Amino acid sequence: MANDHDGTPDSSIVGTTVEKYGNNPPPAGTAVVASDRIQNPGFEPYRPRVADLDPAVEKAQERRVSALFFVSIIGSVMAVAVYIAFPIVPGDMGSVRLNNLLLGISIALGLLAVGVGAVHWSKALMDGHDMVEQRHGTRGTDATRAKAVEVFTLGNKESGFGRRTLIRNTLIGALVVSPVPAIALFRDLAPSEDPVPLLKHTLWAKGVRLTRDPSGTPIKASEVTLGSAFHVIPEGLEESEHPLEEKAKAAVLVMRLKPADLNVSAGREDWNYEGIIAYSKICTHVGCPVALYEKQTHHLLCPCHQSQFDITQEAAVIFGPAKRPLPQLPISVDAEGYLVARSDFTEPVGPSFWERKL
Amino acid sequence: MTTTEDRPAVTAQKSRGARFTGWAGNYLDERTSISGLTKEVGRKIFPDHWSFMLGEVALYSFIVILLSGTFLTFFFQASMVEVVYQGSYVPLKGIEMSAAMASTLDLSFDIRGGLLMRQVHHWAALLFVASIGLHMLRIYFTGAYRKPREINWLIGFVLFILAMAEGFTGYSLPDDLLSGNGLRIIDGMVKGIPVIGTWISYLLFGGEFPGTDIVGRLYVLHILILPAILVAAIGVHMLLLIINKHTQFAGPGRTNDNVVGVPIMPVFAAKAGGFFFIIFGVIMLIASLFQINPVWTYGPYDPSPVSAGTQPDWYIGFADGALRLMPPGLELEIFGATLSLNIMIPLLILPIFLALVAFYPFIEAWITGDKREHHIADRPRNAPTRTAIGAAGVTFYAVLWAAASSDLLATHFRLSIEGVIHSCQVLLIIGPIIAYFVTKRICLGLQKKDREIALHGFESGRIVRLPGGEYIEVHEQLDEYERWKLVSFEEYQPLTVLPDAQGRISLNQRVRSAASNWFFEDRISPVTSKQIESSRDDH
Repeated sequence: MANDHDGTPDSSIVGTTVEKYGNNPPPAGTAVVASDRIQNPGFEPYRPRVADLDPAVEKAQERRVSALFFVSIIGSVMAVAVYIAFPIVPGDMGSVRLNNLLLGISIALGLLAVGVGAVHWSKALMDGHDMVEQRHGTRGTDATRAKAVEVFTLGNKESGFGRRTLIRNTLIGALVVSPVPAIALFRDLAPSEDPVPLLKHTLWAKGVRLTRDPSGTPIKASEVTLGSAFHVIPEGLEESEHPLEEKAKAAVLVMRLKPADLNVSAGREDWNYEGIIAYSKICTHVGCPVALYEKQTHHLLCPCHQSQFDITQEAAVIFGPAKRPLPQLPISVDAEGYLVARSDFTEPVGPSFWERKL
Repeated sequence: MTTTEDRPAVTAQKSRGARFTGWAGNYLDERTSISGLTKEVGRKIFPDHWSFMLGEVALYSFIVILLSGTFLTFFFQASMVEVVYQGSYVPLKGIEMSAAMASTLDLSFDIRGGLLMRQVHHWAALLFVASIGLHMLRIYFTGAYRKPREINWLIGFVLFILAMAEGFTGYSLPDDLLSGNGLRIIDGMVKGIPVIGTWISYLLFGGEFPGTDIVGRLYVLHILILPAILVAAIGVHMLLLIINKHTQFAGPGRTNDNVVGVPIMPVFAAKAGGFFFIIFGVIMLIASLFQINPVWTYGPYDPSPVSAGTQPDWYIGFADGALRLMPPGLELEIFGATLSLNIMIPLLILPIFLALVAFYPFIEAWITGDKREHHIADRPRNAPTRTAIGAAGVTFYAVLWAAASSDLLATHFRLSIEGVIHSCQVLLIIGPIIAYFVTKRICLGLQKKDREIALHGFESGRIVRLPGGEYIEVHEQLDEYERWKLVSFEEYQPLTVLPDAQGRISLNQRVRSAASNWFFEDRISPVTSKQIESSRDDH
């Protein structure tokens, strides 16, 4: 296997570009095989290290390596000491930080010193000569390959795999079909009901009050001053069966603009209340909360993929990858002056899905 | 084997250590035949080069991930049951959150070394993906994927994908605001898949988003299935490495038929073993000094709030960037069904890009038609077209990656967000083209420089005045060892196709010829011995 060398070119290795293959060397394709290529000059002479020549240096290196290993022991022991000496005091973040810092540094010392020591040992003291190992073609020898072919031939002959095609084909069929039950088993990963109607409805309904997120206190129309924005959830969200799922659909942003600034399309005239408007907060791109409201421009920005919606244009997309406007929640006020929904959203909220319009 | 010649002969009186080693070796061998394995691989030779350590970094950081991750599983609860946090982090006390989030906080603030191990795990994961990426680039740019290593390239590619999957599933486990938003984006992307998207999302989350199942399901993927496949694939990757033996760079005495370097026992074992501890130690040091993923500042997941400047972990950035760079308005309605092209296009472009990466070795092998084994790693300059294609790919990836931080780029450099997005959109198309041509020219230029030095030597800095008054700078010739590094590379010529017996040229051959011309039209030939001789005569 490995041969030592000390710079004397070995005629059997040097400059051999010929592949060692049996009878048929593999084709070189479009590679140029020039006849007058420069020949491999063979190994450079070995340059001895200082430690190879000077026993005193060798001794010093030896001491250095074992000193590093000793430092490693200190680091590991120190880690245990730190673990005991610097406990975490509940509620004191400083103690957490100190524990983390000192424990980490001690363990790191234990690891780094043993690592550096071992590498230093290998580089400074272990045999520094390059060694040579011959490669052999990856493919098996012709004899081995013949034997392998024979194994398959015998297997085929003794089983009749190739001859008895009916058995073979039904076997392949059986193996292909056998994983099908596994696919079926995964059906109950989700409940049996159809997801599409769920995606098309939210907690909002006629008369449901708009409440603050997260306190759940209702909002009076008079509290929504010009330029303000409220993060809103439907009343009774916390008492619903699946609050997070409902919130992921029902989260709404309420803003007040001058009625003159709003461009209201036909059919939506009574969806705002004196310039107070409510839009779904769930981005129509991939569903992040469109939480950034620019008061001056009346733009909403989604922080995930930078889609921008113009509130004065009924939340039409003015920039970014989203296509559809944010759905508007029709609102009004109840007898006590609190903001209420006039109905559910009139279209599904959130990211697009195949059956959205079906 | 002559290395022990100069050592003293085995002394008659064996030391206690030697007696124990002998006994243990015998005991094991009589039960496992392990002497055969030791004989086969114990003195295998590993070539040395700093870039060969990148794969080692990946392997060792994976071991660190396994060790620190095991510690975390002893404390983490993969459950989305609602609990009220009562731990010692005051700002979140009394807040409702999932058991996953609460146990992550307990692990961080009430377990000594818990925060350290969380940070070790996260930093090691980042290093794992980063080192795999760099390792792949090293393999690519040196052509180390050529026969017989194409299969190992594919396995490595699978490892890269698995590493990203591990990263994403792990990132989602604490159920904090940031990771929940990441899952929300995944949900939105899945829902954008035509026909089956709604149902896939429904099955994945066990009902409507976010549901109460996803953390438990990702946990099983994260700590069982994905690591099991990873470990198996790493095992095959290592096995093929041993069977194929490592590549080496060209150098004096090194040929395609030998491996020159250090033996596993003892030098490589000491170097690699030591290097493992160094990697572990460096990760430990980073984890003790630098905070990573402080979930307590984000709070538990809630579908309503989100903070500006949210970022995925860096290795998912290219996918997020692809979403951000989609031009507006790409959503259609066909017969009432909604087709989200703004999601479909990134979902298609990314796999196509990754498939090109995975199958590049086979494409190049088809173009060159070279069926020989290659064990000498190329210098990138000596394969200009391949290097240029690689640079174009890196640029494409980098633009997508930068786009994932478009908002932060805008705020940090005081640019408009629209400007950053539009620039990235343009760069995504023309950036790779520019990178391709610039890289190719640089490679050819460097090859010309190498050729010049090999033929005429290097400038010695010694100015000599000739008797006629002329000043010249003396050029000194390289020694033969230095020159060998400059002249020993493979050269390919463009394929010229000839009609077959029926006078036809198949489409396959036409395409291959065109690709071959594209690859090898511009080329610099290695210096030959005749050229060296004739250049000597000139002087």
